[in-house]
Amino acid sequence: MNQFPWLTVIGLIPLVGAVVLWLLPASLADRAKHIALGASLVTLVFAVAAALQFSTSSTSKFQLVEEHSWIPQFGVSYALGVDGIALSLILMSVILVPVCLLAAWNDLPAEEAHRERHYFALMLVLETFMVGVFAATDVFLFYVFFEAMLVPVYFLIGQFGGPRRQYAAVKFLLFSLAGGLIMLAAVIGLYVQGPGGADGFLLSKLAGIQLAPGTEKWLFLGFFIAFAVKAPMVPVHTWLPDAAAESRPATATLLVGVLDKVGTYGMIRFCLELFPGASQWATPVVITLALVSILYGALLAIGQTDLMRLIAFTSISHFGFIVLGIFAMTSTSWAGSSFYMINHGFSTAGLFLVAGMFISRRGSKRIPDFGGWQRVTPALAGVWLLVGLSGLALPGLGSFISEFLVLAGTFQRYQVVGVIATTSIILAALYILLMYQRTMTGPKPESAAGTPDISYREKWVVGPLIALFLILGFYPKPVLDMVTPAVTTILTSIHVTDPAPAVGAAEGSTK
Amino acid sequence: MTTALSAAFTPATLDYVALLPVLIIFSAAMLGVLVEAFVPRTSRYLAQVTITLVGIVAAMAALAFGAVTHRVSTAGIAGFNGTVKGSVVIDGPALFIQATILLFALLAALSLAERFGGVGADAFTPMGAATPGSPQEAQARKVGAMTAEVFPLFLFSVAGMMLFPAAGDLLTMFVALEVLSLPLYLLCGLARRRRLLSQEASLKYFLLGAFSSAFFLFGTALLYGFAGSVYLPDISAAITAQGSAFQGLLVPGVLLVLVGLLFKVGAVPFHMWTPDVYQGAPTPITGFMAAGTKAAAFGAILRFVYVGVDRAQWDWRPAVVVVAALTMIIGAVLSVTQTDMKRLLAYSSIAHAGFILVGVLSMERDGVSGVMFYIAAYGLTTIAAFAIVGLVREGGSEATHLSQWTGLGKRHPWTAGVFAFLLLAFAGIPLTSGFTAKFAVFKPALESGTAGTILVVLGLLCSAITVFVYVRIIVLMYFTDSTDDSVAVIEPSVFTTVTVATGTLFTLVLGIAPASVLQLAERASQFIR
Repeated sequence: MNQFPWLTVIGLIPLVGAVVLWLLPASLADRAKHIALGASLVTLVFAVAAALQFSTSSTSKFQLVEEHSWIPQFGVSYALGVDGIALSLILMSVILVPVCLLAAWNDLPAEEAHRERHYFALMLVLETFMVGVFAATDVFLFYVFFEAMLVPVYFLIGQFGGPRRQYAAVKFLLFSLAGGLIMLAAVIGLYVQGPGGADGFLLSKLAGIQLAPGTEKWLFLGFFIAFAVKAPMVPVHTWLPDAAAESRPATATLLVGVLDKVGTYGMIRFCLELFPGASQWATPVVITLALVSILYGALLAIGQTDLMRLIAFTSISHFGFIVLGIFAMTSTSWAGSSFYMINHGFSTAGLFLVAGMFISRRGSKRIPDFGGWQRVTPALAGVWLLVGLSGLALPGLGSFISEFLVLAGTFQRYQVVGVIATTSIILAALYILLMYQRTMTGPKPESAAGTPDISYREKWVVGPLIALFLILGFYPKPVLDMVTPAVTTILTSIHVTDPAPAVGAAEGSTK
Repeated sequence: MTTALSAAFTPATLDYVALLPVLIIFSAAMLGVLVEAFVPRTSRYLAQVTITLVGIVAAMAALAFGAVTHRVSTAGIAGFNGTVKGSVVIDGPALFIQATILLFALLAALSLAERFGGVGADAFTPMGAATPGSPQEAQARKVGAMTAEVFPLFLFSVAGMMLFPAAGDLLTMFVALEVLSLPLYLLCGLARRRRLLSQEASLKYFLLGAFSSAFFLFGTALLYGFAGSVYLPDISAAITAQGSAFQGLLVPGVLLVLVGLLFKVGAVPFHMWTPDVYQGAPTPITGFMAAGTKAAAFGAILRFVYVGVDRAQWDWRPAVVVVAALTMIIGAVLSVTQTDMKRLLAYSSIAHAGFILVGVLSMERDGVSGVMFYIAAYGLTTIAAFAIVGLVREGGSEATHLSQWTGLGKRHPWTAGVFAFLLLAFAGIPLTSGFTAKFAVFKPALESGTAGTILVVLGLLCSAITVFVYVRIIVLMYFTDSTDDSVAVIEPSVFTTVTVATGTLFTLVLGIAPASVLQLAERASQFIR
């Protein structure tokens, strides 16, 4: 519809920024983080401009399309394009990156200042891959971004993480790569089954191909296992608490808030669109696993004594909700899941980043080391309560709407499952409020006297996040309008209809 | 008398343009031998390096000229017709592999010629014949002696490698095999440091190599008994005709020849020599051997399997499927336990040989181009990686123990960064040539049926194992703090820098924009039968 390659440009700006950082002369090294922040903000501006080009009434499946032949011998194209789901995820990513960069501003002590440019450059490279992975409409290209984004994260954890960073980084990489390599076999297999040719990896060529039921199940499994590791679902979730606990809060935010979304996004975009039959075949197992993730994640979160691990386990629970919504396969639950991905990104960012602010003040991640901090840093404690409430999906905040839509949509098809999943709302209240109680309330700790309250920079970190909680909580219409056409298109293309009279996403938006 | 002779003897028609690249390399090698005999010691190094580099570049030019002028336009096949009555066949695959080998040779020659400010090539002993640690050796070092004969030896080996994949009959193939191997046996034993290890490697390589050559010859004899000819097309025709009186000789013959060829690529169970030889040989030779021998031997395997015995594939393929599976598994699993960088890369090369075999076994034209792309991509990465291994020193000798690489990323960010990138390519991470190459061999394999599918899944699982190995090195270099700074990267000359830069650049380019090279490989993938 237009000639300007929006998505390529959005992806390239951070990469250029990263290269500039690496090539920066030593005399300008202390400007590295300013340049990084600038690059991420320019990216954000371009992404918003691209979003304005996006039309919610368009009939074509993908917009802002770019398509060029890349490796014709393999049938690979450089093909980008977004629907509402992908675009909203890209917007979330490019909003989170500057926030994270700002949060990471003083992560490195002064004596390690020379590594700073490397730290920020890695995050920018990651941003490039994040945009690419959501924008790719070629299965091979998606796979390339999917795997390539592991490398910057691996270095971010391994070089800048906590004491057990080696273990966490290697575990993260091996889990992800093992999943990814299984997927590679399925990717090749899919091409072999498809029409082939010089552009045989395009999603448009592969959607709706006729597969033998056995083949379809194998290919589905290849993709699904990779996404389940990424998402992460019980029982392949064990890398996440380690990785999140050992990485810096900004890295953990990007890892859990954005990277893991690739798993759930991939389930919608690839598992369900390409293998609808096998998806229905697998639904009982997947729904069970999702339910287990929801409850198990929540229960383990209650029992954690490490702040970062606690937040990681809440995410496992939340990802359970997203997967549940996806495999319930109603338009309501899908709208809910798509919206949940956005809200979870922001509320996890809030939790990790504010926790990071406490951790840097206290010098410890252990919950028992806190207590009474509400009297030390009252403003920061208020922010902590607010992001916590977003994490437990308080009405009026964005996460409530998405959780409600998922549960309502699931209930239409699987009443019992819906009821069981609802109980986790109580567990969520428990893990968040207990955490708040243990860290903030109680007598004022003497050792913490003189600790500064929230700084000007930190206000800029949490300000946008809290604004987004409230905006998406009271006026979710723009996002829901953006994802609904995409949801309807996909559900129609895989011939799934709602069991009850369609409730529609619009109802949720008026709540 | 003369008429009778001319009736019995028809002289071969030689296409000299097609043979020119090999002839140039042979001539340069002969010239090198003469230089060794007549040029004074002080100017030998310069003369040898010049001859070697000029020879390789001239051969590349000749090859490019031949490829362009002799192009057969039908069916998109680039190549020549058979020359020397089919004993040497310069067709698309032969051309592609010869070009690859020449590129390897150029980079390896540069890394071979690295002096680090000394008088002769740094990797080689001043006097190969002297007992290690003996007074003669000390004397030789004192007077500034050097083994400049490594250059002609190296060139002979290159010429053998170029002939190997172009051999149209089994005897020529055997001759090429020996021409490529004998100089390598010698070169392996000439390391400047840790000479006993080097001589052990040389002897081991020679004995096992001789043994496998015997297998190859025995197989050739059996196939001659079966088909009455050593020419590959004749063997193929005899298989189709099924009229041989010695039908039972076919399968043993094929398997024995394959043993000889699989030995050269280091496939399990013929891999025993690889770790010892890779570890003991001078590092630039290891790099060249890993890249060049593999390229040449896979070229020969492709020709033997696709031209000679493809019609009998149901008889021999199961055995090679087992070999491929074992090669991947054993290469991957044993690389986990290695503590020496060169041995680790040796086991990794075994695993890679397994991946390439998966492509060979697809028995499709796509498989040929995939295999050729893989050997080109893998070789370039390997030469660069070994060149870097040669730079990391502790107290003058190479620091090949993994523990010595601890914290290298902090002290030498560029070197460690490039090495980490090459390791990611070995691991097959996207946007490196390793990924494209794996895809290029696995895709035709998956298309070829159930056995191929199983091999691909197995290959991907083994990739996951090897990833752990490479990642562990990155952990050592980057994520582990080291207080010991006695290990340092020595300042390379422009020679090594060019080798590393070119290898790395190709690793990147073949990962991001491989289309043109893949297209070349695809167009060059048709054998002339």
